[in-house]
Amino acid sequence: MERKSLAFSVFVHLAALLLAAVILAPLVWLFVMSISPAADLSAKPLRWWPQSADFSRYQLLLSTVANSAGAAFTASLRNSLAVASMATVAAIALAIPAGWAVSRAPALNWSLSLVIATYMLPPVALAVPLYMGLSYLGLLNNVFGLALVYLTILAPFTTWLMKSGFDTIPREIEAAAMIDGASLWQTLRILTLPLAAPVVATSALFAFLLAWDEFFYALLFTSDQRAKTLTVAIADLAGGRVSDYGLIATAGVLAALPPVLIGFLMQRALISGLTSGGVKG
Amino acid sequence: MSNSITRALIGAALLSASFAHHAFAETTLNALFMAQAAYSEADVRAMTDAFTKANPDIKVNLEFVPYEGLHDKTVLAQGSGGGYDVVLFDVIWPAEYASNNVLVDISSRVTDEMKKGVLPGAWTTVQYDGKYYGMPWILDTKYLFYNKEILEKAGITAPPKTWDELAEQAKVIKDKGLLQTPIAWSWAQAEAAICDYTTLVSAYGGEFLKDGKPAFQSDGGLDALNYMVTSYKSGLTNPNSKEFLEEDVRKVFENGEAAFALNWTYMYNLANSGKDSKVTGKVGVVPAPGVAGKSEVSAVNGSMGLGVTSVSKHPDEAWKYIVHMTSQDTQNQYAKLSLPIWASSYEDPAVTQGQEELIGAAKLGLAAMYPRPTTPKYQELSTALQQAIQEALLGQASPEEALQSAAENSGL
Amino acid sequence: MSGTWMTTRAWLLMAPLLAVMIAVIGWPLVDTVALSFTDAKLVGTGGNFVGLENYTKMLSSGNFQRTLVTTAWFAIISVAAEMVLGVLAALLLNQEFRGRTVLRALMILPWALPTVVNATLWRLIYNPEYGALNAALTQIGLLDSYRSWLGEPGSALTALIVADCWKNFPLVALIALAALQAVPREITSASLVDGAGPISRFRFVILPYLAGPLMVALVLRTIEAFKVFDIIWVMTRGGPANSTRTLSILVYQEAFSFQRAGSGASLALIVTLLVTVLAVAYAALVRKTAGSAA
Repeated sequence: MERKSLAFSVFVHLAALLLAAVILAPLVWLFVMSISPAADLSAKPLRWWPQSADFSRYQLLLSTVANSAGAAFTASLRNSLAVASMATVAAIALAIPAGWAVSRAPALNWSLSLVIATYMLPPVALAVPLYMGLSYLGLLNNVFGLALVYLTILAPFTTWLMKSGFDTIPREIEAAAMIDGASLWQTLRILTLPLAAPVVATSALFAFLLAWDEFFYALLFTSDQRAKTLTVAIADLAGGRVSDYGLIATAGVLAALPPVLIGFLMQRALISGLTSGGVKG
Repeated sequence: MSNSITRALIGAALLSASFAHHAFAETTLNALFMAQAAYSEADVRAMTDAFTKANPDIKVNLEFVPYEGLHDKTVLAQGSGGGYDVVLFDVIWPAEYASNNVLVDISSRVTDEMKKGVLPGAWTTVQYDGKYYGMPWILDTKYLFYNKEILEKAGITAPPKTWDELAEQAKVIKDKGLLQTPIAWSWAQAEAAICDYTTLVSAYGGEFLKDGKPAFQSDGGLDALNYMVTSYKSGLTNPNSKEFLEEDVRKVFENGEAAFALNWTYMYNLANSGKDSKVTGKVGVVPAPGVAGKSEVSAVNGSMGLGVTSVSKHPDEAWKYIVHMTSQDTQNQYAKLSLPIWASSYEDPAVTQGQEELIGAAKLGLAAMYPRPTTPKYQELSTALQQAIQEALLGQASPEEALQSAAENSGL
Repeated sequence: MSGTWMTTRAWLLMAPLLAVMIAVIGWPLVDTVALSFTDAKLVGTGGNFVGLENYTKMLSSGNFQRTLVTTAWFAIISVAAEMVLGVLAALLLNQEFRGRTVLRALMILPWALPTVVNATLWRLIYNPEYGALNAALTQIGLLDSYRSWLGEPGSALTALIVADCWKNFPLVALIALAALQAVPREITSASLVDGAGPISRFRFVILPYLAGPLMVALVLRTIEAFKVFDIIWVMTRGGPANSTRTLSILVYQEAFSFQRAGSGASLALIVTLLVTVLAVAYAALVRKTAGSAA
C-alpha cells in the first residue's frame, strides 16, 4: 500500500463525513418528524429536535380498532406483505427452471433476451389492457390480481439473476451426477439447487423489494382496503387532509422499515446481486 | 367406518353451509369518501358507526382518498366487479358520470319530503338533464376568512365588501409591517385553483360557456384572472399560494401568517377553536366579496353529493346508507365542519349555536353560489384552465393569451 | 448428453415463464397496439377504427412536445448527476479510512427506501412554509427568505432531480465500487511508479475497468428515468404550469383521467418506441465500450 500524505488523509475523512451527512440527514429528519409534536413542525424558526419524543402516531397508525385510520393503514401493510410475498414466490418458481434452462442451453438465450427486453416497456404501455383484463377476470382490487401483474416486473429480473447464478455452477458436476444414474430432476433438486441457494435468496430479496416499492399498478388496480398497498396509502395520506406532517412521516418510516432492514442486514447478498450482472458486463 | 366419515363430512358441509348462509345475509357496502375539507374522516366514521349500529345486517367499509384522487378512483373502480357501492362526487361530475353510466338515476327514490326540505341550491349538485343522480351531502362554498386581531392592529374596522377593498386592506396590513403577504389562496395546479377562480368569475359577472363554447377568455372570466395576477404580482398574496391546496391555506391561516384567506366552511371551526390553531377566537368569516356595480357577494358552488354506482349489487342498502348520511338528524349533529343541506336546520339553535357568524355568512354565500360549467368534458376543461391560471401567475403568458389557449385546449 | 434432447428439456422448463410473460406482457402489448388505432373509451364498449389519427394528433400536439422535452431533461440531468456522484462516492469508498465499512453499509439505505416514501419525504423537506430546506438555508444565512421550491417552474424540476439523485446515486456508487475493487493493485501501483497524475491515472488506468459496469447502470437508469412516474406524481403531479409533467404522467392523464384509452394507448406506444430506440443505441455503445475495454 502506497503512503498517502496527511492532507490527502484529512481530505478523505472530510469527504466521507460529508457523504455520510448527505445520506443520513434526510433519513434522520424523516424519523425526527415522526416523533416531533405537530407544533414543533410548523414552528418558525423550525425546531430541529423535539423537546419531548412523541410516539403516539405510531400507536395511532398501528392500532387495529375496527373502522379507524389505524385499521386502514394496517390493512394496507398486510396487503403489501401479501402481494409482495405472493409475487416473489411466483417469480422465483418461474425463474428457477427458466434460468437453469437458459444457462444450460445457450440456444435459448434469445428467448431470455426477449423477456429481459420487456424491462424497457413503460407500465403505461400495458396498463389499459391489463386493467380491462383484470376487470374481465374479476381481479381488480384484488391482491391475487395485483401479484399477477407484478410478475411483469419481477419475473424477467429474477430469471436474469438466476441465470447468472447458474452460470457459475459448473455443468460438469451435473453431468457427473447424471452419469451416476441420477435423473435430471434429482440432479437439480439434490445437487444444483442447494448450490444455487444463495442466488435464489438474493433474487427473492430483490423481487420482494421491487414489489414492495411498486406504485403505479397499485394506484390503478386497487381501490380500497381489500387490496390497496402501502405505497398508495402513503400517497393518499400525503395528498389528503393530513395537516400533521409528523403523521405522514410516521407512515413513511413504517413503510420504509422492512426494506431498509432487509437492505441493511442482507447488504452483502444484495450488493453481489447488483454487481454480478454489471461487473460481467 | 367409511360411512360414518361420509356422514360426518356431509354434516360438516351442512353446518358450514348454514353458517355461510348466515354470513351471506349480511351485506357489505363499500363507500368512497375524500380526506379533504368538509367532514373529517373521524366524523364520517362516527356517522357510519351510527348507521351500522341501527342496521346490524349491513357492514360498511370506508375508503378515504384525497380529493385529487376521487374522480379517477371512482371511474377506475367501475371496471371491478366488486367496486364501490356508494361514492362521493363533486358538483362538476354528474354530467360525465351520467353519460358514462357511472351513477344510477335515483329520481324515483327521492321523496317529496326530501324535495321540500332540502335547499334548492343543494339539489343542483346532483341533477343532470332533469334527473337525480344522488343526494346532496356537503353544501359548501368558499368564504373569506380574516384574522380579527391583525385587522384591528391595522386599524381596519370592517372586513372588505369588494375585491378592491380586499386589496386595499391587504396593502395597509403589508405597509404597516404586520404581514409580508397578507392573503392566502389555494392556487396549486388543481381543482382548488378553479374554485378560487370561479368565485372571482361570479364576482365579475363572467361566464364559462356560451352556447356550449368557451366564453371565459373575455369579460368577467378575464377580469377574474387579471385580479389574481395583480394580487400575486403586487406581493399582497402569499407567493406560495401557487402551490397551496386548501389544507396549506388552513395551516398558514391557523399559524397567524395570513390576514385573509379564501377557504371552505370547514376551516371556520378548526381555525377558531381547533387544538392546533394559534388564532382561536380571532377568526372572522364573511361571504367572498363582490365587485362594485356587478355583485354584492361572490361564491362558487363547491357542493358534493353521495350517489349509488351502477355496478353496486346492493343498491337498496346503498340508498339506505345515503339516506342516513344525508338525513337532517345526522347533519345537524355534525354541523361544525360542513353545514346541513336542510333549510330548517339553519333556524335550529343546536346547529347555529357558537357559529352564528358562519351561519350569517352562509345565508348570503350559499344563495349566491355560482356553478362551474356543466359538461361531460369537464375534466379536460378544468385541466386546461388550471394550466392557464398557473401560466398567467408565473408570468409565462398574459392572462389573455393563457385563457385563449385554455379555450382552444378545452376539448369544447 | 444429446443437444436436441437437452434443448427440448430446456424449452419445457422455460415454458411456464414464457406462458406467463405472454399472458401479462405479450397480450397486453398487442392489445395496446390494437387500441391505439381506435377511439375506445376506458370503460364501456370498444371504439371505432380511426387509423393513424391518434398518432398524428398526439405527435403534433404542443403538450406532447413539451412533455417530451421535460422528460428528456429530467432523464439526462438526473442520470448524468447520478453517474458522476456515484463514481466520486465509489472512489472515496475505495480509500482507506476509519468507518469505511459503516459508510458503505449506509449507502444501501436510500436505495432501499421506497420511491413513494422518498418522494413524500422530499416534498416535506421542500415545503414552502414549514420545510426543512427553507429553514436550514435561512438559519445558516444562505437564503434571506423562504422559497417555493416546488412552486416555481425554474426550480421544481431541479428539486425533483435532486430527490431522485439522492435515492439513486448510492446504487451507482455501489456498482462502481465493486468494479473498482476488481482493479488489480499492481496496475495502480505500476502507474504510480510511471509517474501518472491522479487524473490521467483515473482516465487511462481505472476508467476502463469501470466502463462496462457503468454502461449497464447508465442504460438501466436512463430507461427508468424515462419512464418516471411515482416521484413526480407524489411531489408535483406535473405542476407548476405543467413544468414537471413527464410522458408517463401525460399518458395517465389521457388514458385514465380523460378515459380516452385509444389515444392514451398511442401515446404509450410512442413512449415505448422512444425508450426502445434509446436502449438499442445504448446497447450498441455498451458493446463498443466492452470491446475497447477488453
